[in-house]
This record gives sequence, C-alpha cells and structure tokens, in this order.
Amino acid sequence: MKVMLNVFTPRSLSKAFKQTIRLVAIVGVTFLGLLLVTFLIGRVVPIDPVLAVVGDKASADVYDRVRLEMGLHLPLWQQFFIYLKNVVSGDLGISVLTARPVLEDIIRVFPATLELAFIATLMGIFFGIPLGVFSAVHQGSFLDQVTRVIGLFGYSLPIFWLGLMGLMVFYAKLDILPGPGRIDVFYEEIVDPVTGIMLVDSILAGEWEIFWNALHHIILPASLLGYYSMAYLSRMTRSFMMEQLRQEYVLTARVKGIAEWRVIWGHALGNCAIPLITVIALSFGTLLEGSVLTETVFSWPGLGLYLTRSLLNADMNAVLGSTLVVGTIFLSINMFSDFLYKVMDPRAR
Amino acid sequence: MKRSLLITLALVVFGAHVVLASTPKNTLVIAHSIDEIITLDPAEILEFSGAELAANVYDRLIGYDVDNVSDIYGVIAENWNISGDGRTYTFNIRKNITFASGNKLTAEDVVFSLKRVILLDKSPAFILSQFGFTPDNIAETMVQTGDYTVKITVDKPYAPTFFLYCLTATAGSVLDKKRVMAHEKDGDLGYNWLKTNHAGSGPYILKKWKPSEIIILDVNKRYWGEMPKLKRVIVRHITESATQRLLLEKGDIDIARNLQPDDIKGLAGNSDITVETRAKGAIYYLGLNQKNKYLKIPQVRQALKYLIDYKGMESTILDGKATVHQAFLPKGFLGSLDETPFSLDVEKAKALLKEVGLEKGFSVTMDTRNVEPTTSMGLAIQASLALANIKLEIIPGEGKQTLTKYRARNHDIYIGRWGPDYMDPHTNADTFARNPDNADDAKSKPLAWRNAWDIPKMTKQADAAVLEMDSKKRAEIYLALQKEHQRVSPFVIMFQDIEILARRSNVNGFILGPSFDSNFYYNVTK
Repeated sequence: MKVMLNVFTPRSLSKAFKQTIRLVAIVGVTFLGLLLVTFLIGRVVPIDPVLAVVGDKASADVYDRVRLEMGLHLPLWQQFFIYLKNVVSGDLGISVLTARPVLEDIIRVFPATLELAFIATLMGIFFGIPLGVFSAVHQGSFLDQVTRVIGLFGYSLPIFWLGLMGLMVFYAKLDILPGPGRIDVFYEEIVDPVTGIMLVDSILAGEWEIFWNALHHIILPASLLGYYSMAYLSRMTRSFMMEQLRQEYVLTARVKGIAEWRVIWGHALGNCAIPLITVIALSFGTLLEGSVLTETVFSWPGLGLYLTRSLLNADMNAVLGSTLVVGTIFLSINMFSDFLYKVMDPRAR
Repeated sequence: MKRSLLITLALVVFGAHVVLASTPKNTLVIAHSIDEIITLDPAEILEFSGAELAANVYDRLIGYDVDNVSDIYGVIAENWNISGDGRTYTFNIRKNITFASGNKLTAEDVVFSLKRVILLDKSPAFILSQFGFTPDNIAETMVQTGDYTVKITVDKPYAPTFFLYCLTATAGSVLDKKRVMAHEKDGDLGYNWLKTNHAGSGPYILKKWKPSEIIILDVNKRYWGEMPKLKRVIVRHITESATQRLLLEKGDIDIARNLQPDDIKGLAGNSDITVETRAKGAIYYLGLNQKNKYLKIPQVRQALKYLIDYKGMESTILDGKATVHQAFLPKGFLGSLDETPFSLDVEKAKALLKEVGLEKGFSVTMDTRNVEPTTSMGLAIQASLALANIKLEIIPGEGKQTLTKYRARNHDIYIGRWGPDYMDPHTNADTFARNPDNADDAKSKPLAWRNAWDIPKMTKQADAAVLEMDSKKRAEIYLALQKEHQRVSPFVIMFQDIEILARRSNVNGFILGPSFDSNFYYNVTK
C-alpha cells in the first residue's frame, strides 16, 4: 500500500521520468549497436549478396544491374544509413529468398518458434524445478545421482540425434505420436492463421480435431527442447536451494515445528524464486531464437531455420530483421525479469 | 493427486486421437527440399524445384518426349514451320486452350510471355537472348501475325533444335497476359506479383506457397488436356533424409525425393515402397584453375584425371545417386560421348608427373561445399591424390561462399556440379568449351573462364556447332569436341547425376524426366 501512495509525489514522478529516459536511451543505443554489428558482419562475410538474387547463371548485364538495384555500389556507411532510415519508417525490406517483405516472413515464422519455446519452457519448469528441489534436499542420494545423470545427458547429447531417436521410437515403432511438421498434411490450409500459433488458431476456428492434431505434433519437439531446459533448470534450482537450506531462517522454521514440506516448498523455494525467474527468462529467451537442429529434424518452420538460411545466403534484409526481433526479445525479457524482481523483492525497488 | 492428474492428462492426449496412417485418397503428398525456390515467375526461375513447379502450373510452346528427347512436339503450338533461310519460325497456336483464370489463350499471350523474358532481363533471359533478341528489336523479331499465329526471327540460321529446345525451358512458359497485366505496378510487367503467384494454363494451379514450408497445388478445372487424376498435390519441405524415410515408411507421405544412399539401402526389401531412378543432366566435375602454377601444366591435368577413384566413389559414396561419366555432355543429349577413358591408375599418373619433374608431388587446395555427397567426394579425392604424393588441402565452405570464390578465380581446385539449362548440347558446350574473353574483367564467366582456360580455337568450334543444320553432322562435331576436351581440358569430369525417387508402391505414374522441368505430376494415380 505504501508504494501505491507514493506513486504520485513529484519526486517519484521525476524519478519515473528519468528512468524512462534512461530506458529509452539504453534501448536505442542497444539496437543501433546491434544493427551496426550485424550489418558489418554481413558485409565482411565472403559471400556475394548479388549471387543470392541472380544465381550462378545470370549474364554479366543482369548481375551488374541487380548490384546497382541493391545499392551495393554505394559506400558502406551510406548503405547502412539507408537501411536505418527504412527501419525507422517501419520497412524491413524484402527478403531475397522468399520474395516477400521481411516483416511478413517473421510474422509467419516466429509464432511457430514461440509456440514451441513456450511449451518447452513450461515442461522445463514443471519437471526441472521439482527435480532440482528433490536433489537439493536429498543430496548424494540415489535420486540426486539420477537427476545429475539426466541433467548431464541433457547437456551432452546432440539434439538432432535425440530428435531422430524420439521419432523412431514414438512415431515409427510405437505409433503413439505423429511425425514431423506442425500438423498432419490433410489439415493444412483449413485454419486461417490469426495468431500464427496453431494451438490457438485451431481453438479460435473451433476446429478441435486440428487442435488435438497440433498438440500431438508439438509433444515430441517440445519435450526435446523441454528436456534441455529441464536439465538446466534442475541444476540451477539445486544450487539455489542448497544455499537457502543452509540459511538460519530454515533452521528457525524447523525449530518452530513447521512441517518439513512447507519449509522446503514454501520458505526455501519461495526465496529461490527471484534468481529462478532470471534463469527461466533467459532460457526461454534462448529458445525463442529458435533451435535450428530441432526445427530441421521436425520440419518445424521457425525463426531458427529462417535466420540460418538467410545468413548462409547473405540475405541481409532478412538477417537484420531477424536480429532486430531476437534483440527485442532479449531486451524485453530482461526488462520483464527486472520488473518482476521489483515486484517480488522490495529491496530491489 | 499430482500423479492421477498426470495420468489423466496422458490419457487425454494419447487416447483421444487415433493417428491416421495414410494420406488422403485424392491427394499426392511429396516430401522435397524446396527451400531453394526464390521466385515463382517463369521469367526468373532457374532453380530445380522452381522449374518443376512451373512445369506443372504452366504450359510451354513445345515439349519433348521424356524418354526420347529428340522427339520434339507441339504443346501450346499445334505445329510450326521454319523459313528457308533458317531464321524465321512460324508457330500455329492451338485454339482450344483456356487459362486457369478463364481467359482464352491466344497468340498475344505467347508473344507477351516471350517478350517479357527479354524485357525483364532476369537470370534466365540468356536462354532466349542468345538468339539475338534485345528490348530494342523484339517489336520486329517477335510478332503476332494473327489471333493464333506467331512469327519469331532469330539473328542467325541456328540448328533448329537449338532454338526449339530453348523454348522448352521454363523461360518459355506461356503466361496469361490479362491476369499478369492486371497486377502490373510501375511498369514491372506484373513481376512483383507473379513472384508469388501464378497465371498459367497447366494441369495444376498454385493454391499456396509458404517459402521453406509447403506448396499446395490444386487441379486446374479448366485444363485443356487430359484431366489430372489427383485433385491436389502437397509438397512439404523436409530436408532430412532420415525424416523423409520415416514418413514414407509410415505412409504419411507418398513420395520422398531427397533420400541418401544409406536410407535407400534401408528401404530395400520393403514391398510397400518402390524406388525409381532417372539420369539427370547435372555433372560432377573438378575445375583446375589455370592460374595455379602446377595445375596449368598439361601433364598434371591429365595425371589428376588418372588419380580419381571413379568406380570406388560410384559404388560407395554415390551408390545409385550418380554414374561415372567423363564427357561434358550428359547422356541423353545429342552428341553425348559415353567413353570413359580414365580410371584410377596411379602408375600412369606418377609417370606423367615424373615427365615434368613433379614425382615428389605438390600441395594444392580444393574448395568444397559442405553438403553431401560433395564433402565425402572431397575426402575420397584427397586420399587418391595422396597416392601420387599430391597433398590436397580441403577448404570447406557454404555453397554461396565457395561459389563467390570460384567466380573470382581465387581457387586452386573447385569441386562442382553443373546442371544444363535446356536440352540442347550447346548449354554445356557454352560453359565447358567456350571462353570468348579470358581477361579478368570479362563480361561472361563460363566455367572455362572461371578456370582461366584460354581456348580461342575451341570457342570457334563450339560456335560453329550451333549453326550446323544437319543433326548428324552436329552430333559429330560435339563428339570430336568432347574427345579433345578429355585430352586437354582442366576439367576432371567424373559423374552424371541420377535422381532417386522413392514412392509408396500404390502410387504410380509420376513422370521423372531428364530435367527438373520435365518432372510431371498430372499422371499420378494412387
């Protein structure tokens, strides 16, 4: 309540104003730097961007004309400046590879990644945190060792191998999950993309059959990514918890006779919440960049594949556009976890 | 509580839905790597999968029999005749063709489509502009002489098949002028619209193209020829060979297009699946840069041709995906040379190297695309060159990156794959045996130029070959040219591509032609 009352004092207003200015400045500088670095890398890469447009067989005249059209004859700084000007006016340019506006491409591919990352992170939280807590409480126990091995596998097994194995077992042999892709082929083009997220769109369209199909399709790839997220989260939770369990308030609580499960799941885990939020947010952010290998194995048309393919073809508009998106995501996730910090921990205000 | 919740959830998820294990009866589902498609405009398409798509959506003036390429027949053209001086072609257009839009196809559409290729001047424009068409002269050289007649005049009396084969290429597709021009913006001849749309008269219409994801074709209800058997074709972008195989085995796709030899082998004995193969025009070769002080020595060039384990690679790495071929014209082309004079012969190679004092060998690099089978071929070549003390350093790189270097002539050896653009022998002679200007700033960059191979005499011979009207004599010129090429060229031509297609055994009638623009879907039944 106290905070609420303070909101409108002149002092807090000016503080809020200053903070906003600072934030805008930070965001601006970050994006400018991000674009500049990406732009320069794109120009240093030993790939001729004109080739991506005209291919290997175009005549010299065609090649020269396209080079002019792309503005590649201009000095580097001028090219960058033109690009920047377009971005500010909301124009990310046309992708060479898809012949469509980059923004349209990103709007098409990003929801697929978002959907996958979201479910994967949920799975990571759902399994990773309890596992971490268990192994912190029962250090050195059999369960702790098992968790450690599971975590180790999660870190070290190549994801494309696991993906193929998963398909082989659950799709080919057991036949309980569908194959690659976001939905079965015969459901293609029935549901109009509204959000681009298949699970949501199918509900909006009232197509429950398609919803179930999409859900089936996402289980395997999401579990796979969720497994990696789980391995990471359980290790982090374990170390956070061990630190908390050593604290005196835990001892106090136990002395007071509070049930052990409340001490662990309520008091100790509650105090891990803040660092855990950061860890979860970062792992979610990483997943949002798209996982190229998972997307390849499962033919999941997401941001990771789009970005990689654009980069390898020197499709600079698409690369810069995707970089902007990834940058935005990371920045907003960071700001969001900062915000949560402040909400949850009065000391951070 | 938690446990019972989990079990319920699992039951709901797994139990509520029976996974269907076959594709719909009236739909053909193909798994294919289609991320190379960057445009759907026939005046711009040069990519394999783009050409295949256009072949099923558009019709061309003329076509050829996929099993007997020298049999050329009219498609949109009912017939044609050639003037006595060999320069003017008159095409009579069929009167019963309607575009998918409902517009009638007339001579106007034909002339518009061909002129458009020249005016837009995109990558494939050379296929037509090599006959002397320019934006300035097309008003006189490409003329509509009636509602259903077209007169085209080329600049020299070329061998007729040369011009006709070029019209069978994707660039020769006939577009619906009204529909295209309805979407014209700022004089772009509808280019920006057609890049992602269709305006054809072919057996299928394009319903949807999501780049690197899916292509959906629906039957063209107004198709003038025999109606396609299947209502819909879905091409799903799947790159992984192992994934394609799983889907095919389960019956979730009807046809897999990019299976690797390992997976093909794994399918043997499965009676539900049939594997089909078809020799394609693409050729695997090594380009030896003549700017390199070792590679420019004739004996070294020949020695390298004896240091390739052709048979070994064919039976292991390529296993069914390519066949040994050592001349620049692929099998199936007029005048192609089947002789394979080279085989792994280390002694002979050593003797050749000794002649020029290189018995101790030398070091050289090879730019290698990091895709299969190129990478494996690179390793095999590295091993066999080592037998004659030649130390080969492999420089791996992305496709566009190695190509950029190759086109700048900064390589030593380049391992490449070259696909013909049309069915006439000139398409490959033009690049392997012609180099009109070997200067660093030359305008055209054929493969001979990229390897700095200066051949004024051979260039003249290749130029003469396109003007030979007599097919038999023309074939002889190419045979002689290829023999000489094998003897002196800095190209180690190794293999000819084979396209492998694995299909469910109940899926019949997929037409695999010698080129990607002659792969057709209309005849498929299941």
